[in-house]
Amino acid sequence: MITTFLIDSLDRRGRIVVGLLVALALLVPAGNLLVPEGNVFHVSTYQLTLCGKYLTYALLALSVDLVWGYCGILSLGHGAFFALGGYAMGMYLMRQIGTRGVYADPLLPDFMVFLNWKELPWFWQGFDMAWYALLMVVLVPGLLALVFGWLSFRSRVTGVYLSIITQALTYALLLAFFRNDMGFGGNNGLTDFKDILGYPIQAPGTRAALFAASALMLAIGFVIASAVVRSKLGKVLVAIRDAESRTRFIGYRVEHYKLFVWTLSAAMAGIAGALYVPQVGIINPSEFDPAASIEAVIWVAVGGRGTLVGPLIGAVAVNFGKTWFTGVLPEVWLYALGALFVVVTLFLPRGIVGLWDKLVTGRAKPAVEANGAGRQTGEAA
Amino acid sequence: MTDKAEGSLLYLDDVSVSFDGFRAINRLSLVLEPGEMRAIIGPNGAGKTTMMDIITGKTRPDTGDVLFDGSVDLTRLDEAAIANLGIGRKFQKPTVFESHSVEDNIALALKARRGAFAALFHRRSSVEQGRIDALLETIRLSEKRDLLAARLSHGQKQWLEIGMLLAQEPRLLLVDEPAAGMTDAETAETAILLKEIARTQSVVVVEHDMTFVRALDVKVTVLHEGSVLAEGSLDAVSSNPKVIEVYLGR
Ligand SMILES: Nc1ncnc2c1ncn2[C@@H]1O[C@H](COP(=O)(O)OP(=O)(O)O)[C@@H](O)[C@H]1O
Ligand SMILES: [Mg+2]
Repeated sequence: MITTFLIDSLDRRGRIVVGLLVALALLVPAGNLLVPEGNVFHVSTYQLTLCGKYLTYALLALSVDLVWGYCGILSLGHGAFFALGGYAMGMYLMRQIGTRGVYADPLLPDFMVFLNWKELPWFWQGFDMAWYALLMVVLVPGLLALVFGWLSFRSRVTGVYLSIITQALTYALLLAFFRNDMGFGGNNGLTDFKDILGYPIQAPGTRAALFAASALMLAIGFVIASAVVRSKLGKVLVAIRDAESRTRFIGYRVEHYKLFVWTLSAAMAGIAGALYVPQVGIINPSEFDPAASIEAVIWVAVGGRGTLVGPLIGAVAVNFGKTWFTGVLPEVWLYALGALFVVVTLFLPRGIVGLWDKLVTGRAKPAVEANGAGRQTGEAA
Repeated sequence: MTDKAEGSLLYLDDVSVSFDGFRAINRLSLVLEPGEMRAIIGPNGAGKTTMMDIITGKTRPDTGDVLFDGSVDLTRLDEAAIANLGIGRKFQKPTVFESHSVEDNIALALKARRGAFAALFHRRSSVEQGRIDALLETIRLSEKRDLLAARLSHGQKQWLEIGMLLAQEPRLLLVDEPAAGMTDAETAETAILLKEIARTQSVVVVEHDMTFVRALDVKVTVLHEGSVLAEGSLDAVSSNPKVIEVYLGR
């Protein structure tokens, strides 16, 4: 049942995206490992890692779109779920270091030895096992989202109030993770990783594998998101987005639907964070910065919210822009990002994908992918 | 709670609700028998919509009993639970799901399990498709089934909302100003449709349009300042001096 459910879930555009991601997962690592340097098809390790990072951002953007684009929940705190997934992965990577740390303690990561801690805190137990860490990658953000969502959706906190408390959530975590006595490396976070699953983390093969894993996870996330939004549940989500109280009056428990998609989205963001950390080599509290969460929302807006392809395009495009800008004109980047957001909000309510639909297919996509705004009046009643 | 409620489908007794000190509903009592159709009239601000809000769980009354089926206390339930008991509602301002197609609007309203996981794995059966087709036929929107609901005219949205109401297969329908914004022809057709519905379900209709209420030809309750002013046939209430004063005087 699950397989047909997933396979049926892709429309033509979705099949193209998944096909492209699978091709990327194969070709980019091949271009890095097999094609010799100097050849036009060679992909440098720097490029490979950069693109891998973008793919994890794309997965984060997809998770934001799932709640914002399809259910109207504007989360300004999704960076928190991303970071928690990242920390869970970071803790595993720290414990993989073993005696190769500066203090060569077999059990305690360097920062704990430095703080004069004598034993491993309880919440670091188990993180030496990959399966446990991977479970936590999904479970910790998922459970936090479940509790947070249960409390806020049940009391019917919506709109800007909900957005504000999501900001507060990530800000509170930012402050907490900054503290040394929290046991997550404080300000410096977790870094100096050596191995992942027994393979040296800096080795070209490992990096290529991490890239492929990111592309494949994004493809899987895309298929799941697609299955969700095209199901009847997805239609209920859009109904909630457009007319929440109406949805209640036909008998749907709005809070349950929100809780489902919210928790799923948080778990997805956690996985994105877990793939991000080994590729950038560090996780620190700055990932909890409220600004980071807002940036993720901008990616979605730029790409096109309420479409599944949009967030992928937005995340990659904006981050290419960011990489380029911060290389050339670093002080201008934030202004450029702000201006981009304003322009998109005012002129492109459905982002790049909406613009594409308008220019190429001549009309916006109907039904589920539609967004209430920016549609044309071609098909008069 | 009270024996008087026994045998009734909907029972409101001594219900009051205030908004910031203003009594929108003032010691309102109303009893609806199973299978009955009732028209509610009254000037703007009389509390007709607020009464529906109370029945459907949107507004909690300050005092009074609101019972369904003679015993179910509606004041303790939320909107979704009340809807699932079999009380459906059409709003004064037509509210359909604008970015869904006409067909999907009906499909979402269709009586089915409302749980999130049931919806996630739901596949539309041929029985359900048949129901949807029949409903679209009833509300004359078969040709527009693939159109986004946002594209419909005001009158068509009203009909779509009635279709959604029917799709829920409620035992009691609360219909708030269904003829608002309709042409005379549409209004007449709406009256016929509601009478058709009333053969199998209980209906409460709020309406301003007297031609429409006359066409319904049912017992009328006149609401004024949150309480019942008069009750009876349309002819009887419209010759009632108190009613005449409220409508013409002041
Ligand atoms: N949620 C609310 N808050 C404050 N006042 C309200 C609210 N709902 C209704 N009212 C007031 O209650 C009165 C009755 O309103 P309503 O039930 O909409 O009247 P009707 O439907 O008969 O025209 C009006 O004066 C309205 O302003
Ligand atoms: Mg009203």
